[in-house]
Amino acid sequence: MNFPILSSLILLPTIGALFLLFSKDKNSNTGKYVALFTSFVNFLISIYLWYLFDPSTSTFQFVENREWLKGFVNYKVGIDGISVLFIILTTLITPLCIISVNNTIKVRLRDFLIAILVMESLMIGVFCSLDLVVFYLFFEAGLIPMFLIIGIWGGERRVYSAFKFFLYTLLGSVLMLVAIISIYWIAGTTDIVQLYELGIDTKYQNLLWLAFFSSFAVKTPMWPVHTWLPDAHVEAPTAGSVLLAAILLKMAGYGFIRFSLGLFPVASELFTPLVYSLSLIAIIYASLVALMQEDMKKLIAYSSVAHMGFVTLGIFTITQQGIEGSIIQMISHGLVSAALFLCVGVVYDRMHSRLIKTYGGLVSVMPKYSILFMLFTLAALGLPGTSGFIGEFLILMGAFKDNFLVAVIASLGVIFGAAYMLWLYRRVVFGNLVNKDLLKIPDLDNSEKFILWSLAIPVLFFGFYPEPLINTIEVSVNDLIEMYNFNLNMYGPEVQK
Amino acid sequence: MNNLNFISPEIFISLSIMFLLILGVFRKNGSSLIHNLSIGFLLITIILILNNPFETDVTLFGNSYVIDNLSSLMKILTLLGGAFVLSISTKYLKISKIFLIEYPILILCSILGMMVMISSNDLMVFYIGLELQSLALYVLASFNRDQLKSSESGLKYFVLSALSSGLLLYGCSLIYGFSGSTNFNIIGNSMDSTHYGLTFGIVFILVGLAFKISAVPFHMWAPDVYEGSPTSVTLFFAIVPKVAALTVFIRFLYVPFFNMIDQWQPIIIFLSIASMIFGAVAAIGQGNLKRLVAYSSIGHIGYALAGLSVGTNEGIQSSIVYISIYMVMNLGLFSCLFMMKRNDQYFETIDDLSGLSKNHPVLSLSLLVILFSLAGIPPLAGFFAKFYVFKSVIEQSMYFLAIVGLLSTVIAAFYYLRIIKVIYFDEEKEKYDTDHSVWLKISLTFSTLLILLYFIFPSKLVEIVSRINLI
Repeated sequence: MNFPILSSLILLPTIGALFLLFSKDKNSNTGKYVALFTSFVNFLISIYLWYLFDPSTSTFQFVENREWLKGFVNYKVGIDGISVLFIILTTLITPLCIISVNNTIKVRLRDFLIAILVMESLMIGVFCSLDLVVFYLFFEAGLIPMFLIIGIWGGERRVYSAFKFFLYTLLGSVLMLVAIISIYWIAGTTDIVQLYELGIDTKYQNLLWLAFFSSFAVKTPMWPVHTWLPDAHVEAPTAGSVLLAAILLKMAGYGFIRFSLGLFPVASELFTPLVYSLSLIAIIYASLVALMQEDMKKLIAYSSVAHMGFVTLGIFTITQQGIEGSIIQMISHGLVSAALFLCVGVVYDRMHSRLIKTYGGLVSVMPKYSILFMLFTLAALGLPGTSGFIGEFLILMGAFKDNFLVAVIASLGVIFGAAYMLWLYRRVVFGNLVNKDLLKIPDLDNSEKFILWSLAIPVLFFGFYPEPLINTIEVSVNDLIEMYNFNLNMYGPEVQK
Repeated sequence: MNNLNFISPEIFISLSIMFLLILGVFRKNGSSLIHNLSIGFLLITIILILNNPFETDVTLFGNSYVIDNLSSLMKILTLLGGAFVLSISTKYLKISKIFLIEYPILILCSILGMMVMISSNDLMVFYIGLELQSLALYVLASFNRDQLKSSESGLKYFVLSALSSGLLLYGCSLIYGFSGSTNFNIIGNSMDSTHYGLTFGIVFILVGLAFKISAVPFHMWAPDVYEGSPTSVTLFFAIVPKVAALTVFIRFLYVPFFNMIDQWQPIIIFLSIASMIFGAVAAIGQGNLKRLVAYSSIGHIGYALAGLSVGTNEGIQSSIVYISIYMVMNLGLFSCLFMMKRNDQYFETIDDLSGLSKNHPVLSLSLLVILFSLAGIPPLAGFFAKFYVFKSVIEQSMYFLAIVGLLSTVIAAFYYLRIIKVIYFDEEKEKYDTDHSVWLKISLTFSTLLILLYFIFPSKLVEIVSRINLI
């Protein structure tokens, strides 16, 4: 395979963005079609990539290796079973975001599309980079477009939220940069494949792990550094919230699997109790906070914190089920939270209010909307038959294998999750129609229907038939765990279970 | 005679200064001509330097003057900086009614002084170069003599700078007293590093040099002088003398006093940390862009010093890479400042940028790129500058310096973000004029593209700089 398919995936959206940048008109629909076309082509390429992908091996495929910083860092990209799913998630969500700008973005449409496309490039870059420096570059560069998306097109407190988002993430990440440079001096390379083979000296692992953790914990977000997320979600425009929830948060989960487990097995073993506790706090605390929210977007934001708590929990069980569950949970949460934010966006565009008390009785005016919203609500709380169930179930299975008490507490979170999601749904969709303004609003239009159905189909499909997902990741996860245990036995017998 | 070949650039620039002076006397209204000629002379000087074979290290005039890779590269940076400053500030000078023949000539004088400083291998030669550039700079700072602020800043700079020169000279005399020579190599060879006298000498000289590059705690002059001077002079202050002073810093620390690294390393680390933190924190409250640039340049000098404190060739190289990228970023930033003009009046507070993105999308996009780069966000050039510095810092396991430095980038990011917020998130004001000179547009485009596309070929600059090996 000589054609640089990954690089073209990364570059294509940026080329689309450049095309938009040099186009004359600022608000016409042509720009939108250009953006939609590029991102859709990107989606097709990524599906083709999945088709070409060979799931029977965990070695990195489609690897491209070019000299970049001379004698020091190579531009190296490649994918394994874990990254390919995230790439497809990214390329699926982006065109949907672009369709959704129809009603939400009224000013400077062209600039918004440019930001979204650049963002797509960077996110794909994060998921396929095989060098720590390249990874950091993509990881951090994503801050710029997201800062602008929140700040320019956001709600009332957009400036505060944009700053908070930017500074929190940057603060976490600079420590990771120190760690990356240190790894270069300790191991002599920043190439992940080589680092996997070489391993990192045990005595450095703890500090390095913590430095990476500081970055990923902010991005996940884990309790207690999650506070930027509700602000950012609430103030961002719908498409921004969708990108943030569906993909940006997953970078951290992906980072935990790829780097924390892969590079620092001894430290990961040592810090597992820490991650467990923070995850459990996140699950319980965020669920309780979500119960009390008046603002729909904030509620979903807190539910994201809780769901990501499950993800980190599953990753650090270091069992086949746990990690597979986490990956599926991330994909599923990517689809479901995106859909929920879009659902909120739909009613927000009509009523310009995100408060739950504005609504009530929507089922009689927007029946189609109510059906889809219910589907996603149930998927969010993990009803069997939706993709949410597969993820949570596998994570809990992994957790039971590892630690009974942790699993029991986490299961409580599932119950809370059902409580706040169903209560939200009841208050918004059922009940008496009190607010008379609601009578005037139309049901879903075609583009909204299209967006929500394109998310609903995979949610249902993978809920009943998760085989394609599991097949893709199985070997990669299995080999990762084997490598993890092997390194643990070799370098850190004293901390072995 | 052979010696003279090597210093042909210096000779050429001295001759052109005299020529321009005479021309200025005999031609009335010749400002424009002299301005353009001096840009041409600067460019010719660059060609002359490139003509010298890069590989050879030559010492001239009894080992007191040295031409090596370091000096050639830094001279080219200085000359390029000077040429850009002259070419983009024409319109500003005309509107501020200070478009006089003395302006380019003074800039040439100070550049000549810097070239002597950069090449000096002897305390006496170094001091002569330093004074030549400083005297020209005093006059430049107060060039807009009808304005109170400009005169004030010139005077302030003169008094404080004279004080620091005095300290520096005292340091030189101490070193001469304890080592018996003013030549860098002889000092280095004959040095008995246990002498407290020498340590004192180093400290005094470092204080003097730290003043010239405005490192904390010798930075007090910078904000006032930057604000008071004409913008074009501020630009010159912000980029060109720093290059020269940093070169002297490098040569002074690594040639005669490399053996005493234990003594000077803590001082440089302190200067670096203090500058990084102070530059970041103090800039937060500023409303005037020129003052803000002053504080941000204090911070940036902190990073350059961090690379210098390491004590390896990689450290020196990273520091030079840093200062080169910093030059480009400041050039872009000031090009934007020169474009903030409405009805023949220039604006320089942050509020004047309000909503710029709606009226001037291209200008705002450039500012966005430059500001994010100054904040050190990848994939822009400013990130790589910091990356190289911290790479060399961490190589020597100086984790404390690295972590403090990177945390202060987060604080610094705040005030850069504040400007971006004003440009992009706030309500628009009146439009600015768009009749900019071609040179201004070229320099803005050039610097923006260089910053934006640096990541495609990040090794080019490093390759050039890696020829500099002092140890």
